[in-house]
Amino acid sequence: MAYLDHAATTPMLDAALEAYVATAREVGNASSLHAAGRRARRRVEESRERVAAALGARPSEVVFTGGGTESDNLAVKGIFWARRDAAPGRSRVVSSAVEHHAVLDAVDWLAGHEGAEVGWLPVDGDGRLDPDRLRAELTAHADRVALVTAMWANNEVGTVQPVAELAAVAAEHRVPFHTDAIQAVGQIPVDFAASGVSALTVTGHKLGGPTGVGALLLARDVPAVPLLHGGGQERDVRSGTLDTAGIVAFAVAVEAAVKGQQEYAARVAALRDDLVRRVREAVPEVVFNGAPTDRLPGNAHFSFPGCEGDALLLLLDAQGIACSTGSACSAGVAQPSHVLIAMGADDDRARSSLRFTLGHTSTAAEVDALIAALPIAVERARRAAALRTPR
Amino acid sequence: MRVLAAMSGGVDSAVAAARAVQAGYDVTGVHLALARNPQTYRTGARGCCTLEDARDARRAADVIGIPFYVWDMAERFHAEVVDDFVAEYAAGRTPNPCLRCNEKIKFAAVLDRAVALGFDAVVTGHHARLGSDGLLRRSVDLAKDQSYVLAVLTREQLDRSIFPLGDATKAQVREEAARRGLAVADKPDSHDICFIADGDTRGFLADRLGEAPGDVVDALTGTIVGSHRGAYQYTVGQRRGLRLDRPAPDGRPRYVLSITPKTNTVTVGPAEALEVSRVRATRPIWTGGARPTAPIECEVQLRAHGDAAPATVTLQADALHAELRRPVRGVAAGQAIVAYRPDPAGDVVLGSATITG
Repeated sequence: MAYLDHAATTPMLDAALEAYVATAREVGNASSLHAAGRRARRRVEESRERVAAALGARPSEVVFTGGGTESDNLAVKGIFWARRDAAPGRSRVVSSAVEHHAVLDAVDWLAGHEGAEVGWLPVDGDGRLDPDRLRAELTAHADRVALVTAMWANNEVGTVQPVAELAAVAAEHRVPFHTDAIQAVGQIPVDFAASGVSALTVTGHKLGGPTGVGALLLARDVPAVPLLHGGGQERDVRSGTLDTAGIVAFAVAVEAAVKGQQEYAARVAALRDDLVRRVREAVPEVVFNGAPTDRLPGNAHFSFPGCEGDALLLLLDAQGIACSTGSACSAGVAQPSHVLIAMGADDDRARSSLRFTLGHTSTAAEVDALIAALPIAVERARRAAALRTPR
Repeated sequence: MRVLAAMSGGVDSAVAAARAVQAGYDVTGVHLALARNPQTYRTGARGCCTLEDARDARRAADVIGIPFYVWDMAERFHAEVVDDFVAEYAAGRTPNPCLRCNEKIKFAAVLDRAVALGFDAVVTGHHARLGSDGLLRRSVDLAKDQSYVLAVLTREQLDRSIFPLGDATKAQVREEAARRGLAVADKPDSHDICFIADGDTRGFLADRLGEAPGDVVDALTGTIVGSHRGAYQYTVGQRRGLRLDRPAPDGRPRYVLSITPKTNTVTVGPAEALEVSRVRATRPIWTGGARPTAPIECEVQLRAHGDAAPATVTLQADALHAELRRPVRGVAAGQAIVAYRPDPAGDVVLGSATITG
């Protein structure tokens, strides 16, 4: 099998899995006062320090959550509510057209249910945001903006955003800046303090940790209204019994991913460049999507003119090759990517796209398998797409 | 052989897929998303295009152990089946959307895509037999037989179709599903028309065609005996819901005899006036052997759940005529006439055509 979908989820690191199993065998609620509770609490706090150290944050800035979607929702809704509560006129959210649905739909929900106005920032043909557009937006509306949220790196096309520049613009206008860094951590250098952002989302299962655990790095001076009310854990921003084993494994994975990032990126980018070169040779009409250089090392994203991505996925899947078309609706139907549409692609090009993402277990043999299977898949998918006009 | 199993989320298509695996085929399951907005279609037990149905199909594929995908056929389905359904009623005819879906979606759009993608055939859970002789026959379960809605398939389509359930009764299919651990074993059968959410066909048509009031005319006297809000809301043979102002002189119930879109008139009359001895039909398809050059004796079925009637059928290049040995009531334009050759091994579908009058 060739697993070329590491951006969807990547295998757990052995060290993280071992840490998980060892911790899960221990009893103890981190909020309990007795010895077992204190031991669990100690594991959580040590993990908090490891995550903080790896990501350039202070331990008190690490809020453990149930994963990326929760962190994004907590940042977007929580900061919006807190900022609007402090000044009722502040009901504008500034975001980008290429966000993950965890941000996009949270922003849409605020617009639909909380009366939020939204300023959507456009991207260029590579999917990149322009800090000047943010500056113009904030110059026009700064008093009314509750927060800016823009991802660090795009999950579909792999384009890395100029986050520090964007955060600096937000800081000029004293507006909190949240970034979804789910795809970035472990792939490229990420430093919370140095980047100047106010809130940052990270999740475990994209970097070798378990699914269902992540964190929101939240600066101490940025208030957020909780989504979950209850026992008051995590500085009252995120109630719920702490997932000690998950948090421990998450911290092990974050530390390992950040420590090994440079070496990992060099190895995986070389493999990815080889993949891109050989896909282009095999299918000369292919369109390479996303930024050519400011890009995640493991991401390769193409449009295959005249094909439908879901047909290609089926054909490659039958050959044991796992890749992705982007998002699917609740019924499982592939949808044209909003990211590609925002980059100026038409519906056909958006529907003809496939994402291949490499990760820590990727091998040259997997790329070989893809290149072997691709030409016949493209030919068949093209035949199928040609039937689309009703007879 | 690589085959594509169309999985609706019901028990029949699940068992059909499982039987195809057992028969040694390399099976891939596909659920067809036919609704533009799944919430607007039937929910739960009554439909075949809801999110629950997609989930049921996926779970069945998991249990069977085959790959599973959802194919978006909503645009095609709307253009070829739903819009056609509305247009046929507007033209005073009575369409069969299941038949149309087989002809244009399952064994056309889906089959063509499957073949292009390298599959050799499509497997469905229809209750009909298709053996190595290439002949389409009625299911052993005559109450569930679906050969009528498959009779529109051409030779080329049949050659790429597999119906694994033809030798099983519905009860046997359910037992087998339970034995195979398929959760849909006791899922109720789907009914009616999948794209009409509440089962209200008249309301569905009225929403799309608008109100068009007109007269209900008695065929015998030529007098106006009532009014209607749209001739498309009636079908030949219909008795209920006529809301006539005046009783018939003879006091007997009246039935819709014909619909005339040109004058927006619904003509009613006594039951015996519904009797038809001669059926004309167009667009014939002949798959039960060589095309006959002379009239042949066979049986014909004139609607989905009707009885077969003995008839003499004459096949022409683009038409089919049937002389019925005894008159039949309620023959509606737009329905299919299907010719069968009685056979102890299952009546054989000879051919079909669309009734024009």
